[in-house]
Amino acid sequence: MSAVDIRDLRVTFGGVVRAVDGVTLSIERGEVVALIGESGSGKSVTLRSLMRLHPPRATKMEGTIAVEGRDVLAMTPRALADYRGPIVSMIFQEPLLALDPVYTVGEQIMEIILRHEKVSRKEARARALALFERVRIPSPERRLDAYPHEMSGGMRQRAMIALALACRPKVLLADEPTTALDATVQIQILLLLRELQRDLGLSIIFVTHDLGAAVEVADRIAVMYAGRIVEEGTARELIRNPRHPYTIGLLKSRAHGVMEKGTRLDAIPGAPPDLARLPPGCSFAPRCAAAIESCQIEQPPSFVVEGGHRARCFRWKDAPAQLGAQALGAA
Amino acid sequence: MLVYLARRVVYTIPILLGVSLVCFALVHIAPGDPLVSVLPPDASAELQAQLRALYGFDQPYIVQFLRWLGRALQGDLGTSIASGRSVTTEVVTAVGYTLRIAVLATLIGFFFGSLFGFVAGYYRGSAMDRIASFVSVLGVSVPHYWLGMVLVIIFAAILGWLPPTGKGDESSLWESFRHMILPAVTMSVIPMGIVARTVRALVADILSQEFVVGLRAKGLTDAGIFRHVVKNAAPTALAVMGLQLGYLLGGSILIETVFSWPGTGFVLNNAIFQRDLPLLQGTILVLALFFVILNLLVDMLQTALDPRIQRS
Repeated sequence: MSAVDIRDLRVTFGGVVRAVDGVTLSIERGEVVALIGESGSGKSVTLRSLMRLHPPRATKMEGTIAVEGRDVLAMTPRALADYRGPIVSMIFQEPLLALDPVYTVGEQIMEIILRHEKVSRKEARARALALFERVRIPSPERRLDAYPHEMSGGMRQRAMIALALACRPKVLLADEPTTALDATVQIQILLLLRELQRDLGLSIIFVTHDLGAAVEVADRIAVMYAGRIVEEGTARELIRNPRHPYTIGLLKSRAHGVMEKGTRLDAIPGAPPDLARLPPGCSFAPRCAAAIESCQIEQPPSFVVEGGHRARCFRWKDAPAQLGAQALGAA
Repeated sequence: MLVYLARRVVYTIPILLGVSLVCFALVHIAPGDPLVSVLPPDASAELQAQLRALYGFDQPYIVQFLRWLGRALQGDLGTSIASGRSVTTEVVTAVGYTLRIAVLATLIGFFFGSLFGFVAGYYRGSAMDRIASFVSVLGVSVPHYWLGMVLVIIFAAILGWLPPTGKGDESSLWESFRHMILPAVTMSVIPMGIVARTVRALVADILSQEFVVGLRAKGLTDAGIFRHVVKNAAPTALAVMGLQLGYLLGGSILIETVFSWPGTGFVLNNAIFQRDLPLLQGTILVLALFFVILNLLVDMLQTALDPRIQRS
């Protein structure tokens, strides 16, 4: 049984905005999968769907989501509340916004423990302290009594991770956990996540727009564009042998190695489509240099490149050569 | 915390000084002779001059002000021209009466205001929200003396449940409480409307914040989240309540007149019509003092409740 099994997930906001449009993804136990894509590609929406965190009245969710064998979309509110925390929990992008400003971080960690387990306050506090030590927060005893605004960004994200791990979840969702942090702190947090994942056997879904961060922690990468997964495969395959023109574009738009001053980065031309009016064919076609006529008319199916490596592109065989992807693998 | 408190107390001194100067000036700028109410219309010029000297009205304003200030610092606000009693006694008695209905009105207003505000904030755009918003706008905009009269007509004249006016027999706690109900309820619609609108905006803002999603992600139920919303809304809501209590302490001249309630509003009203300058000045000063102290208390409370306010 997979830790997470998403089948043909469709999420529509306000009846018109198709934020997620047929995502199928499965994550094995102990596996780290990165969802990458630009803003509005549906990666965070997919992630939040796993905990059903969207406002229920304005959101329509179709398809199936199974987490540790539980049918998430069929859960009653009570079952959903019991599921959030001990089975799945989430690390948010900006802990300063995701933590309640008027409670200390210690109280907030104790709160989730007391919510899900029958333990005394004293025990809950001891657990919170142990978690702070686990995520290597210096002088943890004192920091438990700090308010979120009294901590530094990196420290807050560690506290957020401690909070997320408080009820020993099986699946951890990380929503751009390093985006709001300094570059040096980003690496520390990524290494911490990787270490915790190994020690606790966690399955992690990690949303980011940073390919470097994805490669650093993920076993597998799924690239999202306009609400669909356009390419997925192991981190290695995707970097060495990208097949979808969008993945190739993302790889080319990174600054790698030492760049001459004045060298231009290859940005992907154009802008992502309006999710309320998606084109009938491939949604990347309007921006794609390798697009052919059928791309405008028909949605490409998911082609198997090799093993678990799949790409949703009619031209997956010859587009990489045309777009000069080979040079990337060597770089 | 103590340093903060001490500094805040020191800050109140220039505020009070300014207030006393302004209220002294206002009273003296107003036209009319302060002695007109005690003098017979045909009083001789000699008698007028004598009384003027007795009350010190013949001195230059600056001397009058400094004398008044000097005495006020010792707790002596002068003598009422109209009644001949000590202003301090009159004001303290009046404040006592106003305080009773003001506190009761604030409690009623805060309770219902928060209730409406929470319901409206939680169910924004629903029929409940519209009803709650309508009631709160009504509370702020309805003329209170009119509402007072309507309540008197309904509950005193037609139903006969409550006494229409006056302070009642004070030896009976129940009797005097019955007399407080109508003026307090009338007065409470002001803070109720304002608290309701404030709380609605606060709750709506809090619920749209990311940390509420964070709380859901922890598995908290609506009841668990409600606790967080309350604690986040409390500092601002209490501050608004404190300020409202301050306004109500000034006594509503109209409400106290409608109900013949012997509070500060009633006293101010009489002092104005009788041109009783010492009483007017004294009452305004005491009310300003209350307002400043109340603001201080509210700030302390906010500091204690909201960790983001620096205590340094």
